[in-house]
Amino acid sequence: MSLRIVVCVKYVPDATGDRHFAEDLTVDRDDVDGLLSELDEYAVEQALQIADEADEAEITVLTVGPEDAKDALRKALSMGADKAVHVEDDDLHGTDVMGTSLVLAKAVEKIGYDLVICGMASTDGNMGVLPAILAERLGVPQVTLLSEVSVEDGRVTGRRDGDTASEQLEAALPAVVSVTDQSGEARYPSFKGIMAAKKKPVESWDLEDLEIDADAVGLEGAWTKVEDAKERPARTAGTIVKDEGEGGKQLAEFLAGQKFI
Amino acid sequence: MAEVLVYVDHVDGAVRKPTLELLTLARRIGDPVAVHLGAGADAAAGVLAEHGAVKVLTADAPEFADYLVVPKVDAVAAAYQAVSPVAVLFPSSAEGKEIAARLAVRIGSGLITDAVDLEAGDEGPVATQSVFAAAFTTRSTVTKGTPVITVKPNSAAVEAAPAAGAVEQLEVSFGELATGTKVVSRTPRESTGRPELTEAAIVVSGGRGVNGAENFPVIEALADSLGAAVGASRAAVDAGWYPHTAQVGQTGKSVSPQLYIAAGISGAIQHRAGMQTSKTIVAINKDAEAPIFELVDYGVVGDLFDVVPQLTEEVKARKG
Repeated sequence: MSLRIVVCVKYVPDATGDRHFAEDLTVDRDDVDGLLSELDEYAVEQALQIADEADEAEITVLTVGPEDAKDALRKALSMGADKAVHVEDDDLHGTDVMGTSLVLAKAVEKIGYDLVICGMASTDGNMGVLPAILAERLGVPQVTLLSEVSVEDGRVTGRRDGDTASEQLEAALPAVVSVTDQSGEARYPSFKGIMAAKKKPVESWDLEDLEIDADAVGLEGAWTKVEDAKERPARTAGTIVKDEGEGGKQLAEFLAGQKFI
Repeated sequence: MAEVLVYVDHVDGAVRKPTLELLTLARRIGDPVAVHLGAGADAAAGVLAEHGAVKVLTADAPEFADYLVVPKVDAVAAAYQAVSPVAVLFPSSAEGKEIAARLAVRIGSGLITDAVDLEAGDEGPVATQSVFAAAFTTRSTVTKGTPVITVKPNSAAVEAAPAAGAVEQLEVSFGELATGTKVVSRTPRESTGRPELTEAAIVVSGGRGVNGAENFPVIEALADSLGAAVGASRAAVDAGWYPHTAQVGQTGKSVSPQLYIAAGISGAIQHRAGMQTSKTIVAINKDAEAPIFELVDYGVVGDLFDVVPQLTEEVKARKG
């Protein structure tokens, strides 16, 4: 039987750009170019490797986001995913993690899955909680923050490296997995992959397709509210000295002055 | 006064510092009720009471260690039912965030993660967060349900505030999902004897400029002279010179110590995201144009292999 893998990816503002908030205190997406969240590339890579090991597998890459988010799907398709689903709806603007996880859960169920793979966090919101919430909503095991993952005989196993210990985890499918940037370098799309991606199917769904009430998502439906956002004041220029043989001593003098020594 | 649930992060009853910081912040909102799961509650109770816990709810069961996250969610949910708190606070550890997240969706509450400050507001707690690689500071509230908030280490100074800290047994019944993810084995991380990276008051990090695993002892020696934790940039970790657990940056750990010393680190946005909120920043780099110098309070343009050992000797001499 074919292993059905859904990879959740996010289209995020480029972190090297100048990121800002829009007037409604949502992320200003017009201001900075977007791209596939780097940490999600690792999720796509692990999906591809798991699919390679399986007798038969199909990888669907899924995203929730505005029109431009298709770019993130194209990137994943050019890496080797089979098909894509884009959930797009004007009412989704300003959706928080609770709303996003609801949309993803409904979409994952509609696609049909044995395994959901996510990156460890997005590179914009950086919360790192979506995989756990998705598992809670789907009512399946979470096998998260893995630096190593494999699937065999209907079970997923992996290694989770924590602060105090390294754990070997195991769960039966279906399950939600998240992988860290230690799971294995993500491949670059080949020219052939990029050409092939253009012919792969990308389905577009809206809230109605997922039977989600518009009130449950968007800025109004969010369970949290950003009250204000202030740009951090630029640091005042520090002292910079050139080492002429006494650099270490000068630095010690500074640290002593600041009471660190 | 209203009660605030505080999840206790501990190792067999040894309470970790971020939890004591949480108790300090919790007192701004209400009376802290600590939730201690697993072994060692008796040892922990005293410390928790000293820092303001009016009550300590405890539960111990093999499920907490044998299965991932969900048994703890079941337990905190039971505590939530028992107490009806005005907020539930967790330390922003990987596990703390995951328990918080699942609890929030289960009880229909909004979730704020990685707060760096917390205050009482007219409509519940207001959480400060540092976002976009610390370029912005936001203040947010939870608008639905009971606020569930995770707080980063070093967000508050630990204050003693003795309270009753009466230990009460918490009744927990585990749901079907609790045994979904089995912890097959656990290998404790070898202790370096240095402070935990995210909790340390001083962090010394090495990057590409360290130029090899064999040179990291130069960084470690400085760290040890200052009683600091050792960090590493992604470049150093990707090159295999230092373990990933020490990685500071967007895909690694985010630190906010009193003093951050970056040696041989250029200061790419990825790294800055993980250290920009440090109180005092010092950099040593050969390249005068390195972006890290835009952030520093004090910078030395020079070879780290000259500057760092000299600094280490000077620190040792001054500390006598």
